[in-house]
Amino acid sequence: MSDKTILTVSASPHTKSSGTVTGIMLDVIISLIPAAFAGVAVFGIRAALVIAVCIISCVLFEFLSRKIMKRSSSIGDLSAVVTGLLLAFNLPVGIPIWMCVVGSFVAIVIAKQMFGGIGHNFANPAITARIVLLVSFASAMTGFTAPAKNTVDALTTATPLAHLSGIDLSGDISAQMDMLLADGDLPKFFNMLFGVRAGCIGEVCSVALILGAIYLILRGIISIAIPGSYIATVAVFMLISSGFNVTFTVYELLGGGLLLGAFFMATDYSTSPITMKGKIVFGIGCGILTSVIRLFGSLPEGVSYSILLMNIAVPLIEKATAPKYFGFIKKKKEKKAKEGAA
Amino acid sequence: MGKLSPDAILKAIGKGKGGVAVAHNKLTAEKETVRIPIPETVTLPMLQHIGAPCTPTVKKGDYVGVGQIVGDSDKYVSAPIHASVSGKVIAVQDVKLANGKMAPAVTIESDGEMKLFEGIEAPRVTNKAELVKAIRESGLVGLGGAGFPTHVKLNTPEDKDIDTLIINAAECEPYITVDYRECLENSWNIMGGVYTLQEILGFKRVIIAVEDNKPQAIKILKDIADSDIDHGNIVRLMTLKSRYPQGAEKMMVLSATGRKVPAGGLPSDVGCVVMNVASTAFVSRYLKTGKPLTSRSVTVSGNCIKDPMNVRVPIGMEFQQIIDFCGGFTEEPYKILSGGPMMGTAVTGTDVPLLKSNNAILAFSKNAARIKPERECIRCGRCHAACPMSLIPTQIEKFAALKDAEMLSKLGTSVCMECGSCAYSCPAGKPLVQHMRLAKEVMRQAGVK
Repeated sequence: MSDKTILTVSASPHTKSSGTVTGIMLDVIISLIPAAFAGVAVFGIRAALVIAVCIISCVLFEFLSRKIMKRSSSIGDLSAVVTGLLLAFNLPVGIPIWMCVVGSFVAIVIAKQMFGGIGHNFANPAITARIVLLVSFASAMTGFTAPAKNTVDALTTATPLAHLSGIDLSGDISAQMDMLLADGDLPKFFNMLFGVRAGCIGEVCSVALILGAIYLILRGIISIAIPGSYIATVAVFMLISSGFNVTFTVYELLGGGLLLGAFFMATDYSTSPITMKGKIVFGIGCGILTSVIRLFGSLPEGVSYSILLMNIAVPLIEKATAPKYFGFIKKKKEKKAKEGAA
Repeated sequence: MGKLSPDAILKAIGKGKGGVAVAHNKLTAEKETVRIPIPETVTLPMLQHIGAPCTPTVKKGDYVGVGQIVGDSDKYVSAPIHASVSGKVIAVQDVKLANGKMAPAVTIESDGEMKLFEGIEAPRVTNKAELVKAIRESGLVGLGGAGFPTHVKLNTPEDKDIDTLIINAAECEPYITVDYRECLENSWNIMGGVYTLQEILGFKRVIIAVEDNKPQAIKILKDIADSDIDHGNIVRLMTLKSRYPQGAEKMMVLSATGRKVPAGGLPSDVGCVVMNVASTAFVSRYLKTGKPLTSRSVTVSGNCIKDPMNVRVPIGMEFQQIIDFCGGFTEEPYKILSGGPMMGTAVTGTDVPLLKSNNAILAFSKNAARIKPERECIRCGRCHAACPMSLIPTQIEKFAALKDAEMLSKLGTSVCMECGSCAYSCPAGKPLVQHMRLAKEVMRQAGVK
């Protein structure tokens, strides 16, 4: 070592894991690719256009808003790409392109960057954008086209959930389910699994979503806690309210945006609790809200609203479920009082 | 093994109890420890342990023998410093230590003879008080890295029911292999130390704990444990899953006994004494010969060291000379550590002396000392998941910035042992250990515990 050598001094630890923010976002993107392909396969090339527009405008808005706010560019972390993908997944294929751009603006500029960017937003950007679009352009957002080979004459049709919400829960549920299936109003089970049904671009193919979710869990990006407790809660509610009708319950689980929401949106780091207990409470809360909206509300779908509502509750959940640190001792007063009593 | 089965306990405490899987990089594991040639000079700082610093008891020009006391303190939590070579004291002055602190130090010029101090004789030890006194005189401090005076640890309060001695051979820090080599090369001394401590202090059981990535050490330690049939079969070997920071005292107590040391407490609060394996071997050697702690094994490793190995070094030898003995550097070092990569200290230069608690000198090039650019926290929660103390480091960082000492206390900041698991796992590259230290400083200034 020469006398001129200058050694670097820094706080321990001096070794770091190889994980980076960009790497995590890349994993999320990879996990969403099967569902994206499924969406294009089911709804045709326009789905690809919607996805592309959402991603490009999200990245552009991220770049511009950081620039205007004089902050370092953050498009390298790929989080804007994830937001764009998820936003597109939550839109019907027939949505006008300019609405995609408006949605991206809401997601990136209003929901994310105005609160400080990645990690600081309290509401999931893609969900916020979807809800803003839903209340602003209700007909465009609910004009679901049937999966058709011929996209020119795409027929507007109702989603499986819309049909399910028409079921009279006090009547004979099996008979009503059979009728809906026989009439072709509800797609066959196979089609439900592989996404041949009406719905948003990314939510229809359950198999692709589950594949992506397994990838994320195996890579350690998400824990099963939130999606597990979320989906289980909805399943329990649906089973009970339908008098344990399994077909009805399965169609409820697969028929809407539950899988997409539970695995990819409710697990958003910024807007969900950090602790394991908190995650489970958060998941159960989402499940209860979704079930209540679907069963008793006037809307057929409730995933977005429930996640957004639970996003707001995250600080409260974290406060209530604060973990006890190692060797935590209860306040001395209580201990002394006990000793005194003894 | 019944209740004590390591698998059962691991299952009970769960894998998800924090910690991280770090690359082991034990480059020096299969190399026999080499005794370093007698250095020309040694510098013995008066602060080599946790507790009160010593004051020099010799002056410039004095002749000292190996093992002669050169610094001592009348404080209880302290350990005397002994000359590690024989020769003339050439300076008594302040020097810079590896951690950047300044401390008075005695510098001895070796006469190359390593003549033992005349007053040295094996101590007579028959009870706890004599053992504690002898260990204090030996100058022994925890050789695992923390440097806590061993006699304080062994002098457990009489009102506490101490039933378990845990011999810590986990060595969970990457690169370091001194404890592992101790197991392989000095197993008889380890065994002697175990029996002496058990007999004098009356432990009901002894658990030798080692990580499962050291099969050879496991084999040897198992023989030690099995040889104990005559002693009532109270010594047991426990293989722990290799997961950082398994060797940390509180984690060790939990893994070995299932007991949780209360916040702010010591292992003795739950009936345990934890001894590092090399310290245990030293106890045995000292009681036989009376030769105090004047040398130790140290792992010299890292990608910049030409010939990584474990060396037996007199305390107080300069880092640079030790590195030179191991072939010097292969390329320009970027970072040099005293201690392991997870908890060690980065030094500003190699002109610092080796202390009793230094178990490694590691040198890394720029590429090997991976530095991640710092980004915004994305609230992924990996720091909390990795924290063996179940803290939420990002939350503590926030309240440290606000200087809210009360809240920091509520969050349990003081139980942080700065193991580095949080910062290791952070994908945003945040220096979380530094933030934890700042948080403790905020609490200290506010007088909050």
